[in-house]
Amino acid sequence: MLWNALLLALREIRRNLMRASLTVLGIIIGVAAVITMVTLGNGATALITAQVASLGSNLVIVRPGQRMSPGQPAGWAPAFKEEDMQAILEAVHAVREVAGIAQRGSTVAWMTESTFTPIVGSTPSYLEVGNWKIAEGRFFNDSEQRAGRALCVLGDTVKKALFSGSSPIGEKIRTRGVSCEVIGVLAPKGQSAMGQDQDDIVLMPLKAYQRRIAGRRSRQDVGTLLLSVRDGLSTERVVRDVSALMRERRGIAPNENDNFSVFDTRQISDALSSTTRVLTALLGAVAAVSLLVGGIGIMNIMLVSVTERTREIGTRLAIGALEREVLLQFLVEAVALSAFGGLVGIALALVASFGLTSAMGLPFVLDFQIMLLAFAVSAGIGVLFGFVPARRAARLDPIEALRHE
Amino acid sequence: MKETLISLREVTKTYGSGQAAFQALKGVSFDIAEGEFVAVMGPSGSGKSTVMNILGCLDVPTSGEYLFLGEHVELLNRDERALLRRHCLGFVFQGFNLLARTTALENVELPLLYRGLPLAERHAQAKAALALVGLTGWEHHTPAELSGGQQQRVAIARAIVTRPALLLADEPTGNLDSERSAEIMQLLTGLNQEHGITVLMVTHEPDMAAYASRTLRFVDGLIGHDTAYVGAD
Ligand SMILES: Nc1ncnc2c1ncn2[C@@H]1O[C@H](COP(=O)(O)OP(=O)(O)OP(=O)(O)O)[C@@H](O)[C@H]1O
Ligand SMILES: [Mg+2]
Repeated sequence: MLWNALLLALREIRRNLMRASLTVLGIIIGVAAVITMVTLGNGATALITAQVASLGSNLVIVRPGQRMSPGQPAGWAPAFKEEDMQAILEAVHAVREVAGIAQRGSTVAWMTESTFTPIVGSTPSYLEVGNWKIAEGRFFNDSEQRAGRALCVLGDTVKKALFSGSSPIGEKIRTRGVSCEVIGVLAPKGQSAMGQDQDDIVLMPLKAYQRRIAGRRSRQDVGTLLLSVRDGLSTERVVRDVSALMRERRGIAPNENDNFSVFDTRQISDALSSTTRVLTALLGAVAAVSLLVGGIGIMNIMLVSVTERTREIGTRLAIGALEREVLLQFLVEAVALSAFGGLVGIALALVASFGLTSAMGLPFVLDFQIMLLAFAVSAGIGVLFGFVPARRAARLDPIEALRHE
Repeated sequence: MKETLISLREVTKTYGSGQAAFQALKGVSFDIAEGEFVAVMGPSGSGKSTVMNILGCLDVPTSGEYLFLGEHVELLNRDERALLRRHCLGFVFQGFNLLARTTALENVELPLLYRGLPLAERHAQAKAALALVGLTGWEHHTPAELSGGQQQRVAIARAIVTRPALLLADEPTGNLDSERSAEIMQLLTGLNQEHGITVLMVTHEPDMAAYASRTLRFVDGLIGHDTAYVGAD
């Protein structure tokens, strides 16, 4: 019976191919839009996850003040000192290395070229903890850092801005009245998860930064502590231990809140990807509305079709078709239309999302579940919106239907 | 004596209700035996189509009994009547009522499709039915490509392809010229005599009624004259 209904439905669709294609256009666009949006969203999530990973894995970040993500204002809180770094390294065994960084934006110049960039004072461990690679020259070592020598390592963007092409190694750049020798260039990292250019940076030994770049009041300060955790050890544990240690060192009473924050990169990545997931869901929902509109289009055409084919339905009923057979025929017709629309929509979505992700520089992440879901939904729409017209057809009085002009 | 195929007992049919009620049949009784060829005549509005619809199980009488091979049709529900149509009845309509943009063969196959016959058998039987009405070679033409007489013959082929016990035709020649009408009548006579199909046909023309072996004349919702009783001697 189902096979017969399918046969009849396909015959009917073939008889009116033009109208059928126009009818399913709504479904095609709806399905394609949903899948494309979700694919783009997944691409964005994957990109952000990858970018957060570029911060370095097993990374724990300690900052003064209570804040998790950039943009939230920090209440005033005392900065860290170099002694804190030593204390963490001694007390928390899971921490392999600690890098302290402090930064401030400044103009740097070489010959007639100049650019505004963050100057970051750091300890040599920052190279490893921050997941940096040296492209050219070398990084400063511990004795140079302790001596506070005026040495610089340039990010790729700064190098390009000042030295367009030529090698900067051995040259002296100027910033805040300090002359600083370039000893190395960092390998490019690209954009951060927050969209910042991570290569727009000048690194120098923390001591040199504190003495010459930082203002008078923050001579001893270290802005942020970056801790790398030993492989295989839990970063959550480190977050807890470091919090406890810092509360003790900063003399925070048990009933007081932290005046610093400790978090790992997974928390950043979770926070960011939950944002993109919300966005993806939102875009998908908007696209789903067009799927609904497509379904209403199918209902409209099926209703027209039932009116148009009233005599045909009367003939079928007079010949001995059962009510449920006529119902099934029209229902199968609607489902065949919308399911076909779903298939074409999926094909269109593959092409569109492949093109869009490569144009936007996003990874192309295929989600088979959403494709299956979109197909199921489009077939379901056929059932839902095909039912009313099909029932109207099945309930026709054969005599009335035969007399219909 | 042949077996009784259908019998109507005091059948009435009232359309509408209350003030607008109209009694189209006012108590009709007659029997038709297997193998008869009956013409139904009468003025317009006398209830011919109404009685055909009831005989064809498309409609139910308001009161009275309708027995088809001994079964009370007035007690059947919609689906049971549909199955009776599917298995025992054939219809030929005045307006042909072929499916548009569908070939003659597919049109004739339709009742077999609802009977659930496999494709090969459907094809064979539909072809045979088309051959019987003289349309060999026209199987793949759509109604738009056929003349009125040919369309009516396709409709007859569709009605008889299931070998029905009763063939009902409401003004089968109403839309045709006299030559085509004569062809159709010869076809119906042949089906009746050679294949033993009982035929009940509504017509306005005495020429057409002359092909039948019996004439029922309706007047104002009642049977005015039945040649079965007059002609018998
Ligand atoms: N669905 C209906 N609702 C109301 N009245 C109806 C309906 N069908 C038929 N009638 C009335 O019943 C009466 C009999 O109609 P019927 O169609 O049986 O006549 P008929 O003998 O076939 O006439 P004709 O030769 O014109 O086809 C007519 O007066 C008609 O107006
Ligand atoms: Mg009539």
